[in-house]
Amino acid sequence: MIARTFLTDDRRSAIFLGLLAIAAVVVPFCHLVFPPSSLLHIGTSSVALWGKYLSFAILALSLDLIWGYAGILSLGHGAFFALGGYAMGMYLMRQIGSRGVYANPLLPDFMVFLNWKELPWYWWGFDIFPFAALMVVLAPGILAFVFGWFAFRSRVTGVYLSIITQMLTYALWLSFFRNDMGFGGNNGLTDFKDILGFPVQAPATRAALFSITAMTLMLCYIVARYVVASKLGKVLVAIRDAESRTRFLGYRVDAYKTFLFTLSAAMAGIAGALYVPQVGIINPSEFHPAQSIEVVLWVAVGGRGTLVGAALGAILVNFAKTTFTSGILAPYWLFVLGALFVLVTRFLPNGIVGTFFDVAADTRSARRPAHAGSTSASGRLREAESEAPLK
Amino acid sequence: MTDITHSLLYLSGVEVSFDGFRALNGLSLDIRHGEMRAIIGPNGAGKTTMMDVITGKTRPDDGEVLFDRTNDLTKLDEAAIANLGIGRKFQKPTVFEMHTVEDNLLLALRGNRRVVHNLFWRRNAPDEGRIDQILGTIRLGDHRARAAGALSHGQKQWLEIGMLIAQDPKLLLVDEPVAGMTDAETETTADLLREIARDHSVIVVEHDMDFVRRLGVRVTVLHEGSVLAEGSLDQVSANERVIEVYLGR
Ligand SMILES: Nc1ncnc2c1ncn2[C@@H]1O[C@H](COP(=O)(O)OP(=O)(O)OP(=O)(O)O)[C@@H](O)[C@H]1O
Ligand SMILES: [Mg+2]
Repeated sequence: MIARTFLTDDRRSAIFLGLLAIAAVVVPFCHLVFPPSSLLHIGTSSVALWGKYLSFAILALSLDLIWGYAGILSLGHGAFFALGGYAMGMYLMRQIGSRGVYANPLLPDFMVFLNWKELPWYWWGFDIFPFAALMVVLAPGILAFVFGWFAFRSRVTGVYLSIITQMLTYALWLSFFRNDMGFGGNNGLTDFKDILGFPVQAPATRAALFSITAMTLMLCYIVARYVVASKLGKVLVAIRDAESRTRFLGYRVDAYKTFLFTLSAAMAGIAGALYVPQVGIINPSEFHPAQSIEVVLWVAVGGRGTLVGAALGAILVNFAKTTFTSGILAPYWLFVLGALFVLVTRFLPNGIVGTFFDVAADTRSARRPAHAGSTSASGRLREAESEAPLK
Repeated sequence: MTDITHSLLYLSGVEVSFDGFRALNGLSLDIRHGEMRAIIGPNGAGKTTMMDVITGKTRPDDGEVLFDRTNDLTKLDEAAIANLGIGRKFQKPTVFEMHTVEDNLLLALRGNRRVVHNLFWRRNAPDEGRIDQILGTIRLGDHRARAAGALSHGQKQWLEIGMLIAQDPKLLLVDEPVAGMTDAETETTADLLREIARDHSVIVVEHDMDFVRRLGVRVTVLHEGSVLAEGSLDQVSANERVIEVYLGR
């Protein structure tokens, strides 16, 4: 039923999901079936790279959900991503077992190095995959819930909220650097061996991880799309545009925001968990405030409040980043990123997808008999409206 | 069923000051079940502030605000007060500009306000029927799919009244409903409010005396944050202190 809603009523979703489904099959196929000499072969590094882009796309999607549809600009969403990543990293560390440098069957190498005698309690259970998977969602989810509970109840909004989200990730960044926190300090968690019994580096594992990431992005998109198209989504847009008016209708704004923030953080956590096995490391740099700000740029470039745009923005900007940072242009990447942001916000205020979609929608409605609805004054968030019908 | 002998809304000795300026100064008011009351008063008399106090937007410094005898409104927040059955139309029309006219009504429609309920809510015939009916009443049937932000000022006023009807509260607070309306629209609005008042309690704030006369209800005159006079429009218009306040400056 849900699938029908999306596939028939919403062409943009259908195209997006269709492309992802194709990628989920074709990329592993080309990686595994064609020999490296073949033109159709997709190399190991490419598979891992695109898998990373897709995990970033999930992160961007999670940010767009709160920023685009409820006006909550989180400048610390990287924190939830990193927490999910650490939960996965802890599982992967414990899978190493006695194959580590110090061959300790229980303790990860960095703990042996620090002369720790026993496993800290918060590492318990991470050898069991389902537990770790649960933590991928729960750790960021619970943090977001508690944070949201206090922040939204106290009616912290706008730039103040953005600043405290930034402080949150900054505090975690500082903490995770410390060796005595028990998360590998500066070096983080790395040297993973296998995941669910499969060697992490093996082509088949990489192909599977890519596919899983693509399918998770599809799933997260469907969830996000369902949420924004539901009546709850309409309440969120109402809160975004006239928060106090929504209260006078009897809606508990804090409950709505906390719900969405928690959902978004859990999604970011999943993104982090998929990222870690594909890049092979998680360290405190993921908590750095600059990382979170980059996520905002991806969403702005792709198109805030469009979901698809957020995902594409993440892929596009990171593709550009890889291209620029690996050649002679490397020193100029930050300038390029800055220029991109300025140009997009100046000339495409709705982002790439937002602008494209507006044009497409205008041409379509021009062909249809006059039907208002595209008459709203500011177009920036109009797609939130025009894509909303729930049949 | 309702006990018409007791007050639906009871204000007593309400004080509100903003940085030392007393916007409400010992305000007392008593609205009975099923009553419609018009409130008039010069600019700055405290009419809107009174509504802010009733709806939880402003906390009074002192005084009692009771709804339905048992609910102390000074202890509740906006959402809780709205859910008790108090709806409000703002002086400056406030609709959800990005939403369609239809969705504005849908959001206002009386019903479960909980997160999970609205996550799984589906379109249904009773809600649709109710929305159609209200669209007819407020004459916005042809505009249902338009963004509310694209409506004219008068249409926004009507939409907001429609949202009030959709909420179906026990008490409606209507702040300057006919500002910016033509004479014909004003008349229709008065008729509409009278109709609503048949099964709701209503407080209407308005400067337009013809409109107030048309409502034909008891009038309370506010001045400098407290009640100056109360009675029929003719009675209060004849009151010397009222004349002084309105003409004396
Ligand atoms: N938030 C506030 N901060 C400071 N002063 C305020 C605030 N709200 C209202 N006031 C002042 O309180 C007084 C009463 O304002 P209020 O809006 O209640 O008047 P009113 O009777 O609704 O007037 P009008 O007919 O112009 O709408 C005014 O002098 C106003 O300037
Ligand atoms: Mg006023």
